[in-house]
Amino acid sequence: MRKYSVAAIVREALRYNAGWERAWRSPEPKKQYDAVIIGAGGHGLATAYYLGKNHGIKNVAIIEKGWLGGGNTGRNTTIIRSNYLQDSSAAIYEKARSLYETLSQELNYNVMFSPRGVMMLAQTEHEIRGYRRTAHANNLQGVETEFIDPKTVKKLCPIIELSGPRFPVLGALWQPRGGTARHDAVAWGYARACSDMGMDIIQKCEVTDILKSNGKVVGVETTKGVIKTHNLGIIVAGNSSILAEKAGFRLPIESVSLQALVSEPVKPCMDVVVMANTVHGYMSQSDKGEMVIGGGTDGFNNYTQRGSFHHIEETVRALIETFPIISRLKMLRQWGGVVDVTGDRSPIISKTPLEGCFINCGWGTGGFKAIPGSGWAMAETMANGSPSQLASAFSLDRFREGRFIDESVAAGVAH
Amino acid sequence: MLLINCPFCKERNETEFVYGGPVGVDRPDPNAVADQEWVDFLTLVPNPTGPVFEKWWHARGCGEWFVICRDTVTHEILESPDEKS
Ligand SMILES: Cc1cc2nc3c(=O)[nH]c(=O)nc-3n(C[C@H](O)[C@H](O)[C@H](O)COP(=O)(O)OP(=O)(O)OC[C@H]3O[C@@H](n4cnc5c(N)ncnc54)[C@H](O)[C@@H]3O)c2cc1C
Ligand SMILES: [Zn+2]
Repeated sequence: MRKYSVAAIVREALRYNAGWERAWRSPEPKKQYDAVIIGAGGHGLATAYYLGKNHGIKNVAIIEKGWLGGGNTGRNTTIIRSNYLQDSSAAIYEKARSLYETLSQELNYNVMFSPRGVMMLAQTEHEIRGYRRTAHANNLQGVETEFIDPKTVKKLCPIIELSGPRFPVLGALWQPRGGTARHDAVAWGYARACSDMGMDIIQKCEVTDILKSNGKVVGVETTKGVIKTHNLGIIVAGNSSILAEKAGFRLPIESVSLQALVSEPVKPCMDVVVMANTVHGYMSQSDKGEMVIGGGTDGFNNYTQRGSFHHIEETVRALIETFPIISRLKMLRQWGGVVDVTGDRSPIISKTPLEGCFINCGWGTGGFKAIPGSGWAMAETMANGSPSQLASAFSLDRFREGRFIDESVAAGVAH
Repeated sequence: MLLINCPFCKERNETEFVYGGPVGVDRPDPNAVADQEWVDFLTLVPNPTGPVFEKWWHARGCGEWFVICRDTVTHEILESPDEKS
């Protein structure tokens, strides 16, 4: 792989950009791999990357039914934060956030991580108490957050309306090193690094069945034939229930469409991320100038990648209250992704009843921020055959044992 | 946006209804079944692509609870309560 650098830009400028090579290969699948990952979203690609980098397992295939990064990874609003309440969540999300800090250098690919700061508005007394508690918890966990007053909120985000008609802003939970990154670039950067290690990313290839023998996984059946392996990772977000059924077990997951939308581009007016859980909406400004707006999840399970229209109305109404200045903006695009939601709003990184088969899912409405940490923990789990320290709390057993990791408040708004 | 067929009010807008989740297995007697079966009842619901039976409540209408069969990929309502009974 040829490195991206300033020198490379100069060199290519001099020869009319004719020398750029493809970022990753598109090979035909081999008959057998040491490990196979189903799903080339951020989590699948990151898992493959750390399998190679941290554990030396490089004979790996990543199988993707569409195009890499075309699932939720390419559809999300890219908010990165780690201000969760429970210790096990803070640990894995903060691991991910800290890996994001140096990911561009590590992958030699600009993922445009922008730690511009994330604020979650408190608009009720209850929220004030909740966020103060989170700030205390975060300080104990080593996650830098603080509770700020309305004056500081206004200073950080001048376009905000503090005395909204229904829910005035009473303060906010502020994580200065939270922010955003470029979603496609995260998938592309990991893909390029995986390909460079000799891994095969096989796109437009759907896994149609999981092959087992004596309670162990032996391979997968795909639209490009059978691929053998004894180490399988299922990392398919909204499609997890479908793949689990093929592997012979069931998951405590429900799939539902989550929407987002972006406005026409405008001049820079907001250099932080603002989330408003009570009125339910959140917004940030992309480098292109578009206001990126996260909408709601549908009220019922589905796989449509579309979402009901009235959720857009509700989200936009909420945000106009918070930011009256956007009331005349035109919206450019709207889309949806199928997210995988668990009962306690926490992910699953786990062994499964099928030996050699591991699952990583349940990131629901907020897994983009977790990609590097999740890949790190999942790779360790697959390489050792047993849950890594970061992953152990997120095992499937927790639903039987009642060890829920309740993050329904931290995940209160869908992001 | 769904148009849902209430047995009393006929086709009404999705926003008038509250989703009651997919129809799972009947509640077992927790003392009579193995732990695993009880846990399954508490945590697992059907989550298929394609047709699924699910409960809806006409909360902002007549208040009736009923079951429809809806395709989770196309949103097509394959069976309304009228046709069922
Ligand atoms: C609108 C929206 C906004 C969001 N906003 C945020 C946010 O601001 N911050 C945040 O942290 N998170 C956010 N999320 C959540 C985040 O996008 C996801 O949690 C994360 O991207 C999941 O990544 P993944 O790799 O697990 O799944 P995906 O990126 O969905 O990848 C799974 C892949 O598996 C493939 N696949 C499925 N079935 C098969 C099969 N049978 N064979 C082969 N391949 C298969 C799919 O094609 C897909 O590419 C948002 C999600 C949505 C939809
Ligand atoms: Zn009715």
